[in-house]
Amino acid sequence: MRYLPLTPEDRVEMLGAIGVKSIDDLFVDVPASAQRAGTVDLPLHAGEIEVEREMAALARRNRSAGEGAFFCGAGAYRHHVPATVDHIIQRSEFLTSYTPYQPEIAQGTLQVLFEFQTQVAALTGMEVANASLYDGSTGAAEAVMMAQRVTRRNKAVMSGGVHPHYVETIETLAHAAGVSTQAMAPAIDAEDAVIAAIDADTACVVVQTPNVFGTVTDVTKIAEAAHAAGALLIVVTTEAVSYGLLKSPGEMGADIAVAEGQSIGNGLNFGGPYVGLFACKEKFVRQMPGRLCGETVDADGRRGFVLTLSTREQHIRRDKATSNICTNSGLCALAFSIHMSLLGETGLRQLAALNHQKAVALRDALAAVPGVEILTPRFFNEFAIKVPGSAADMVETLAGHGVIAGVPFSRLDAGAGLDDVLLVAATETTLDVDITFFAKLLTKMVAQ
Amino acid sequence: MSMNNVGRPTRPEAAANDGSTGHETLTGGRGLLQDEALIFELDGWNKTGVDLPKAAAPSDDLAGLLRDTPIGLPGLSEPEAVRHYVRLSQKNHAIDLALYPLGSCTMKHNPRLNEKMARLPGFSDIHPLQPQSTVQGALQLMDRLAHWLKTLTGMPAVALSPKAGAHGELCGLLAIRAAHEAAGNGHRKTVLAPTSAHGTNPATAAFVGYTVVEIAQTDDGRVDLADLESKLGDHVAAIMVTNPNTCGLFERDVVEIARLTHAAGAYFYCDGANFNAIVGRVRPGDLGVDAMHINLHKTFSTPHGGGGPGAGPVVLSEALAPFAPTPWLVHDDDGFSMVEHAGEEGARTAFGRMSAFHGQMGMYVRAYAYMLSHGADGLRQVAEDAVLNANYIKARLKDVMSPAFPDGPCMHEALFDDAWLEGTGVTTLDFAKAMIDEGFHPMTMYFPLVVHGAMLIEPTETESKQELDRFVEALRALAGAAKAGETERFKGAPFHAPLRRLDETLAARKPRLRWKPVATAPLAAE
Amino acid sequence: MRFTKDHEWVIVQGDVATVGISAYAAEQLGDVVFVEVPEVGKTVKQGENLAVVESVKAASDVYAPVSGEVVEGNAELGDAPETVNALPESGGWFAKIKLSNPAEVDALMDRDAYEAFLATL
Repeated sequence: MRYLPLTPEDRVEMLGAIGVKSIDDLFVDVPASAQRAGTVDLPLHAGEIEVEREMAALARRNRSAGEGAFFCGAGAYRHHVPATVDHIIQRSEFLTSYTPYQPEIAQGTLQVLFEFQTQVAALTGMEVANASLYDGSTGAAEAVMMAQRVTRRNKAVMSGGVHPHYVETIETLAHAAGVSTQAMAPAIDAEDAVIAAIDADTACVVVQTPNVFGTVTDVTKIAEAAHAAGALLIVVTTEAVSYGLLKSPGEMGADIAVAEGQSIGNGLNFGGPYVGLFACKEKFVRQMPGRLCGETVDADGRRGFVLTLSTREQHIRRDKATSNICTNSGLCALAFSIHMSLLGETGLRQLAALNHQKAVALRDALAAVPGVEILTPRFFNEFAIKVPGSAADMVETLAGHGVIAGVPFSRLDAGAGLDDVLLVAATETTLDVDITFFAKLLTKMVAQ
Repeated sequence: MSMNNVGRPTRPEAAANDGSTGHETLTGGRGLLQDEALIFELDGWNKTGVDLPKAAAPSDDLAGLLRDTPIGLPGLSEPEAVRHYVRLSQKNHAIDLALYPLGSCTMKHNPRLNEKMARLPGFSDIHPLQPQSTVQGALQLMDRLAHWLKTLTGMPAVALSPKAGAHGELCGLLAIRAAHEAAGNGHRKTVLAPTSAHGTNPATAAFVGYTVVEIAQTDDGRVDLADLESKLGDHVAAIMVTNPNTCGLFERDVVEIARLTHAAGAYFYCDGANFNAIVGRVRPGDLGVDAMHINLHKTFSTPHGGGGPGAGPVVLSEALAPFAPTPWLVHDDDGFSMVEHAGEEGARTAFGRMSAFHGQMGMYVRAYAYMLSHGADGLRQVAEDAVLNANYIKARLKDVMSPAFPDGPCMHEALFDDAWLEGTGVTTLDFAKAMIDEGFHPMTMYFPLVVHGAMLIEPTETESKQELDRFVEALRALAGAAKAGETERFKGAPFHAPLRRLDETLAARKPRLRWKPVATAPLAAE
Repeated sequence: MRFTKDHEWVIVQGDVATVGISAYAAEQLGDVVFVEVPEVGKTVKQGENLAVVESVKAASDVYAPVSGEVVEGNAELGDAPETVNALPESGGWFAKIKLSNPAEVDALMDRDAYEAFLATL
């Protein structure tokens, strides 16, 4: 078997060196009732040819985004990842290395993490960032838990623009940890409404901009209200490219900024692996979850980097840790950092402007479709439209014609009474012909 | 104060020698190894390595919301970026370079076929929320992966969505808590875990409000049954036991552990980090386990990537299956579909959602390719070769180093303590750093906490006998040097790595967690 | 100076006790990188958590050797945690506690008794 280097002769020799007769002698501690002769009921080994054949057949049964008109967003966005990124992350030393616990032989990983942390802090406008979490949604949940530790209060309030799946993820963790949550009903453009729910028990206020409907909001007023009540403001962003065009969470008064970093360096991958960006004010750094990379010197006085402030983490603090997290999203953070280095400030701003421009063109095309109403007043690259009838049915029908039209809001929250709302996104990969085709099809459908 | 015995030096001692290998270069470069500045420090940092069409000015709707201050991000052309990252990569050790003996991490070879499969556009370029009718292949792959995981573990259900092992532990405990609450047993607020448990076990339990009580260990490294029995009771929700355990030993009494736990009305959570020792040969379901996470990045070869991403699906018993988090994968005459919201028809009793989308599809593809490649016969061979390799290393080192549990076989990893270093002046840490000079990544050190100066060696099955022998010879030579009093070799190590020993004390006392544009003095050791 | 079995020390002046960790404890801990001193006004019972002291690889709870109310925490340790290593039994003190039960001090070990205790570890 191509991945197993031991030969039968090796095995015999090694058993001899150990002093046992057969491999079974090494499994003596397994109870007899659990010892199984033979193999489990699964196919036997296969060569590359067979594996590729089966997997390619499975892959072919999926309609990939690049095959045609595609307008899905709602927390994951289709961007172009430069060829260099994927090539570098496949280098042995990045792909097959471990967590940098032996810093002398992991300076590649550590320096990248230091650069990544700096980039994330700069993008979010915050003072310090960690080396990444699993994704934006678990990052948001961790932020709520962090606010609970910092304020010693047990309530989180969430605006009506937070992605419903993020709300569910936060609720799942928070409730288990004894933090109560209050989520405003989904609302296109009402982040401010959350202010009325802030009281002396509030640990944090969670808002999203651009929100799940695409609406861009200045949350400065919400920051002020939260701070006046002694609560922290957590600002969630699901489209990291938006940092290239819009005012940053730090500029608006956020205490913690959380984002899904997938848009940069990482493909759609059907939902994972993604990369959670997490940044906060320096005064909270000891309550921050996840890995942190810091600068230091070696015995010869050369600059180097190490994982630091580890006493926050599970392997030291155990039951008093800030989180149970043990991995970061290392390779995805590397991809993010490489892509960001290739873009640079100019490139990122240009990319963001391009995304917005495409979305404006999409909006103009859809606004011209009779029966379609544009719901989002101010957006980055995604907005919500109201269609006649069920948005989910419409998406299904359009898929039959080769257009993946977007995400019906009912897919995120079936009980919100927004079954006629469709979330549509455009990026730099969206073709004008696809926009035209989409609008044309939609016009035909609506007319029927 | 609560004393713990894991304090150890975290900065280099004033070296007796300067550690130089003799020749000084004129620029500080050292052959293939170059000092690489931070991207923020490079000259001419405002380029871009991506060609994009010009964009129009943003619409007036966004007035007042635009970012009009500099962000502070450097940009490089493609050739410069490639050089920067390739030069950095050369400072990393990796599985592709040598045996990586990290106990409990299962650093096995990462097959490149898996990378190729993961990049098929049909897997990599699909959106989690596009219509389910357009991703039937992806859902079918998840279903097949689930089938393999359930069959290998002998368990009836699996939650695929956790994003890492620790996330899987969280999932398992939340399912257990939901099961207790549904049965009116929400008063059970204690979780038992052995003293040797991995830190994520108590961290996860405490994170969701459980009190953690430790179970004692016997002299031969196993769970003390009498102690367990005395601590079980009406207040206990679950036990968290790793099997094989963190000392690399199979819990002989695991069936009895399960029986006692169930008799007390609690659930058995199994930390599956060490599944590589038994995959294809022993099914945790046959041992009485109720929930177990499987680290796809350990047993199933998905790459460690310098720290992640991982994936931690959790297999569940009949009792816990109804509480699994969404999404639930359903297969009927119409094909495959996911039920995505707890409380919905089809997932009424799900405890909630672990993350925004479906889980780590990229890792499912890789793990599935690995499973298909090995098959049932290959996977059984994986466990046998992993156990064989670890026992071979133990046999060839036990006369020069001190195995923590010398009697009987170990499983896939061999644990040593530092008794054999007594009187040499060399610590486990020093020994590990000297291994770096010999070309090997150190083994796991100072874990598990129950053994003094622990050294945990897990070779995995993808090591040839030649590489094992090379490793053993290096360690035997180093052990000899330690005992012969060559302390300088160890205290000053590493000498040949890209950097010498680093000052972790300084990094913790004066945290500098990002580059700052204001001219700052370099950090100096105190 | 009096000592507890958990390696805290106490020096009493009037009704205020200054509290810290012993030189032995500081050495076991390694380089101290952070100290969480208690807030003024906090009341503690003997044996309860008073402070947390961190080295790079470990975090240890420091228990109150005596009962009372915290009247001062050592603000210097914020910028210079290394003082705990350099001067564990003087400048590296953690907190001053106004005693609520002065008799507790009498039951603690004096230095000779503590040294003898250390020899048994």
